[in-house]
Amino acid sequence: MNQDIWNFIFIGASFALYIFIALRSRAATTKEYYVASGGVSPLANGMATAADWMSAATFISMAGIIAASGYDASRFLMGWTGGFVLLTTLIVPYLRKFNKFTVTDFLGDRFYSNVARAVGVICAVFICMTYIMGQMRGVGLVFSRLFDIEIWLGVLLGAGIVFFYAGLGGMKGITYTQVAQYCVMVFAYTIPAIFISMLLTGNVVPQLGLVGDFTKEGGDAVPLLTKLNTLNSELGFSQYTDGSLGRLDMFCITAALMCGTAGLPHVIVRFFTVKSVKAVRSSACWTLLFISVIYLTAPAVGAFARTNLLTEIHGTRYVEAPAWFKNWEDRGLIAWVDKNGDGVMQHQSGNAFDGKPVYADGRVEDGPRVVTNSLTTNGNEVFYEKDILVMANPEMAGLPMWVIALVMAGCVAAALSTAAGLLLVLSTSISHDLMKKIISPTMSDARELAWARAASFTFLVIAAYFGINPPSDFVAKTVAFAFGLAASSFFPTILMGIFSKRINREGAILGMIAGVGLTLGYIIYFQFIADHKNYFLGISPEGIGFFGMLVNFAVALLVSAVTPAPPKEIVEMVERIRNPQNAGEATHE
Amino acid sequence: MTANSQDDLKPFQAPLNDSSDSADAPTNSDRYWAKSLKIVGIILFLWAFVSLGCGILLRDILDSTMPSVGGAPFGFWMAQQGSIIGFLALLFLYMLLMNRLDRAHGFGDGDEQ
Repeated sequence: MNQDIWNFIFIGASFALYIFIALRSRAATTKEYYVASGGVSPLANGMATAADWMSAATFISMAGIIAASGYDASRFLMGWTGGFVLLTTLIVPYLRKFNKFTVTDFLGDRFYSNVARAVGVICAVFICMTYIMGQMRGVGLVFSRLFDIEIWLGVLLGAGIVFFYAGLGGMKGITYTQVAQYCVMVFAYTIPAIFISMLLTGNVVPQLGLVGDFTKEGGDAVPLLTKLNTLNSELGFSQYTDGSLGRLDMFCITAALMCGTAGLPHVIVRFFTVKSVKAVRSSACWTLLFISVIYLTAPAVGAFARTNLLTEIHGTRYVEAPAWFKNWEDRGLIAWVDKNGDGVMQHQSGNAFDGKPVYADGRVEDGPRVVTNSLTTNGNEVFYEKDILVMANPEMAGLPMWVIALVMAGCVAAALSTAAGLLLVLSTSISHDLMKKIISPTMSDARELAWARAASFTFLVIAAYFGINPPSDFVAKTVAFAFGLAASSFFPTILMGIFSKRINREGAILGMIAGVGLTLGYIIYFQFIADHKNYFLGISPEGIGFFGMLVNFAVALLVSAVTPAPPKEIVEMVERIRNPQNAGEATHE
Repeated sequence: MTANSQDDLKPFQAPLNDSSDSADAPTNSDRYWAKSLKIVGIILFLWAFVSLGCGILLRDILDSTMPSVGGAPFGFWMAQQGSIIGFLALLFLYMLLMNRLDRAHGFGDGDEQ
């Protein structure tokens, strides 16, 4: 049996499972479509939220980023898990008690204003669109590598299947497919890690392998991280456990990622599907537990991958290079240029050549693919795309073919589950927040459902288009937008709406506009206009959302203090959501 | 809005509810809210300490003064794995404390799974 057959079996079987679940849970009412009738168990919701949260970027790229940047990558590890503490203690129990379908509903009702609602719709659509483009691209890439098809065909295949179960099944269809997808992801991530951990450190638990000893080459056991630091220093890289980011920058980025996580609408709405406030709390524990299984493994996978790369590639003759090296070179994600003509690969600090590899046609027998980029003058001869590390890991460790197929199925599951959650928020933003609440309040339930399906189809077409034609580095750069926007808009405004009775319509709207304005302006200036990097206080665009949030708080509190207090019924509403009793079922009105 | 109207009609079933006649005295709900703010405050203080504190601001001090975790310097380990374990423990603690608070104020019943 060859690799292709295994891939077909695993991808095919997982797709059959998703479709089977979708067919069994087709949504018939808006309530099923938006919140799965509000009766999902905390455990199932925990798994679904974990799958929803972990995107293609987390699954495919995070370990690669950790391998390449060591300590600096801790900002993602802490930011993307720490946000759940904020989310659970400050946001979701209260929004669940508030008892409506969407996050924007809260903004509109609490600040008694359709302007606040409209600002919410715009932020939600922007955040989710940025995100979903990356997911469609991820699905396309995996499919194209798997089946040797063009990326556009891969993207369309992914888009089709997401529409089938998210567009038709709504939250009900999504929830149970995400549960299945989490299971696929967790096996796909940990099984290769276990094998590699045993190979390098002799430890069966990969999460412990990170702090374990490197035992592979016999001799005296040294701690893995010490070994890695020594290897890094020898080749002129900075030490693995040292960081290169400024402390304030690191602080701001981590804080912005945390607050952004707590303000992402597609994560918040998942908690509207459980029964009560008490169930929200236990569901949040389950969610973080399921996420941690993968997030505690990721730093270990990163360290293992780095060790493998440095020990197996540097100083090896190209003709003796491991098979995976040549496989990924064939797919254009690895390149070697023999600068000093010795036939041995040297991997050192710096870029081997400018930009991404552009290959000349054909190749010399037993020789590498010829790269036409202009070479740099440093000693590094090896280029590799960071994203390949998770996908290449099983090959590096020489694992059986079915494990490789499982990893591929996991990548697809990660991208599809996140895309589905985002699509749901996008479609409800239009059908519920815009059409039902602002434009046509008398619309019937069936009509609203039709709008939701039409909107999800439209957004999917747009996302697929950008997945096929990504505007160069646009997607990578706009990830900073999504978190910065969520941290400077939804998070502080919802927080104040719950914890302050004094905050009013004027304060909330101006606060959001000021926070988002500052964040967007800073990001756009440094990502697209300025060609220098003289950041304000050394804070990169990734971390500016934290400042945007502080500005939002300050403006909202100041403006509220000098304008009239909110009406009495709003104050009563705030009192009601602070009481966890009788959360009831999510409603429409 | 069925749930909310129920809220209005049904008096709190709090065993500890001693709502006094004076309108100024803190009600059961006020005291519940004050205590939940305290719980949230404690959890968030610890949250910031294990992540932004140990993982970033105090990292160098911890690396040099604390014993290493297996083969990893303490501050580095906190940033990559320790803080995540801390978050899990904090969420679990939050769930226990809030559920207990709910019961103490009579908000825990009728909402069981």
